[in-house]
Amino acid sequence: MRLVTVAGPPSVGKTSLFLKVAARLRDDGAQVGVVKFDALSTTDDVAYAALGLPVRVGLSAGLCPDHFFVSNIDDCVAWGKQTGRDVLIVETAGLCNRCSPHIRGVLAICVVDNLAGIHTPRKIGPMLRLADVVAITKGDIVSQAEREVFAFNVRLANPRAPVVWCNGITGQGSVDLAFRIQAAPRVATLEAHHLRFSMPSAVCPYCVGETAIGETYQRGNVRKMSFEESA
Amino acid sequence: MNDVPLAATLHASSRISAFLAGLGLPDPPAGTPADAWLAGLSETALHDVGLDREQLAAHLHLLLDAATTVPAAAKQAIHTLTILGGHGKDGEREPEALVIKAGEIVCIVGPTGSGKSRLLADVECLAQGDTPSGRHILLNDALPTADQRFAPDCKLVAQLSQNMNFVVDLKVGAFLAMHAACRQVDPESDVTERIIAIANTLAGERFCRDVPLTQLSGGQARALMIADAALLSASPIVLIDEIENAGINRRQALDLLVSKEKVVLVSTHDPLLALLGHRRVIVHHGRIADVITTSEAEKTVLRQLEDVDAAIAALRDRLRRGARIEDPIIWGPPPVADPPA
Repeated sequence: MRLVTVAGPPSVGKTSLFLKVAARLRDDGAQVGVVKFDALSTTDDVAYAALGLPVRVGLSAGLCPDHFFVSNIDDCVAWGKQTGRDVLIVETAGLCNRCSPHIRGVLAICVVDNLAGIHTPRKIGPMLRLADVVAITKGDIVSQAEREVFAFNVRLANPRAPVVWCNGITGQGSVDLAFRIQAAPRVATLEAHHLRFSMPSAVCPYCVGETAIGETYQRGNVRKMSFEESA
Repeated sequence: MNDVPLAATLHASSRISAFLAGLGLPDPPAGTPADAWLAGLSETALHDVGLDREQLAAHLHLLLDAATTVPAAAKQAIHTLTILGGHGKDGEREPEALVIKAGEIVCIVGPTGSGKSRLLADVECLAQGDTPSGRHILLNDALPTADQRFAPDCKLVAQLSQNMNFVVDLKVGAFLAMHAACRQVDPESDVTERIIAIANTLAGERFCRDVPLTQLSGGQARALMIADAALLSASPIVLIDEIENAGINRRQALDLLVSKEKVVLVSTHDPLLALLGHRRVIVHHGRIADVITTSEAEKTVLRQLEDVDAAIAALRDRLRRGARIEDPIIWGPPPVADPPA
């Protein structure tokens, strides 16, 4: 089974775009399955199901969505195998831009959008920097000059990945992404696989439900801001 | 790069310094070789950056390679753009092939919803049978290479449309300088000043480099986009979608683009703009129904249209100055003064 992880900041158009990609893969004869990770709630599974595709939802609720994702991804693979999928699309919930959901040996696509501002590529961590393919959406509504500066900044953040210009409304770029997914490495299990980079971490009282504010509660993995004037 | 001091590398490549600035690491000390600098980074620093030592080294190598080699796609001039026919919404086939040469203006006309924007979008993404129309785009009679389609910073097609806006919160001058830096233009160059000067000749109302982009009027923004596409964008193909109401000098805008040997495609309802094209494509039910070459008679009509346009522009100017418009309008070239006796 071919596996692809799709990541990107919220509201960039991941689902709109991958509905088109999934439909294309389905039309090409692939048995496509979808797992949608989100934080609090989602209705995106309905949209995927409307394409006639089996879909499962993972809601991380009070947990870090990234940690929740990696704790469940191998179960997603098992589900995909069990249901006879050729292709499994796993859409993650990118929230803090320091997410690091990409896995070694698994096709990794990062979706970013032009509306986010031209400096955004440098504010996104491993999710963009270590992706295999970068899909840029919403290019139809910003100026050409801004698109060029944005693309330049994407290239700086990730000089390795090809860029695909996409549009979730017209389906632009979906064939290219589908083509790349059909050439993705096959995966039977993710047991003993590794993430490309470690996930954001914090082990402190707040991780386990502390709500009180104050020095007393700042124990474990805590880092303090510096308010010194920099020279 | 291993033995070269990183500071020298940084100096040589604005890309690498921009990349390192984006990581938020302190500036490397002068004279430190790149390898030593990498080896000296703490695990915490790398964790914050979100790249391990090997990944960071690989990034630096790729950026350095990119800085020293000009991408193949950027070097290659585009002489012809070919649109291989697909099919309309009714499934009916289009003409086999439409070949457009560099320096040619081709207009696209047709009723609203007939597929003008679809045609431009197909060219924009260098469609390969992967859009609703099923069209294929060839460059210099060949399929586009992966580099031409996917290299993000040497895109072949620049686009200007009525839906586009400047969204970045920067002043005109600062943004143009940033765009010029992406294009690896010498920072000493006066290109940003020239772009603003040309944009000011295209639009009615002048603006200066200290105006925020988001405060430009529709006409000013469109004029700036055209001047920028002509002078700063390396893209040999320019697509223009419905700019007739933008309040800019249309002939001058097209002349500017054509003078840079670009392939220009213009989607329009405007008779003046349509007749400025060398040919025009008629789109109907999502497909190319016909291609017409602008006739000599039409060029005569174009000159009359330009006189009308100039007369209306003169009225607009008088309105702006607060004058009354009470004298009869003369549709024609301005009267030529008698030669001095």
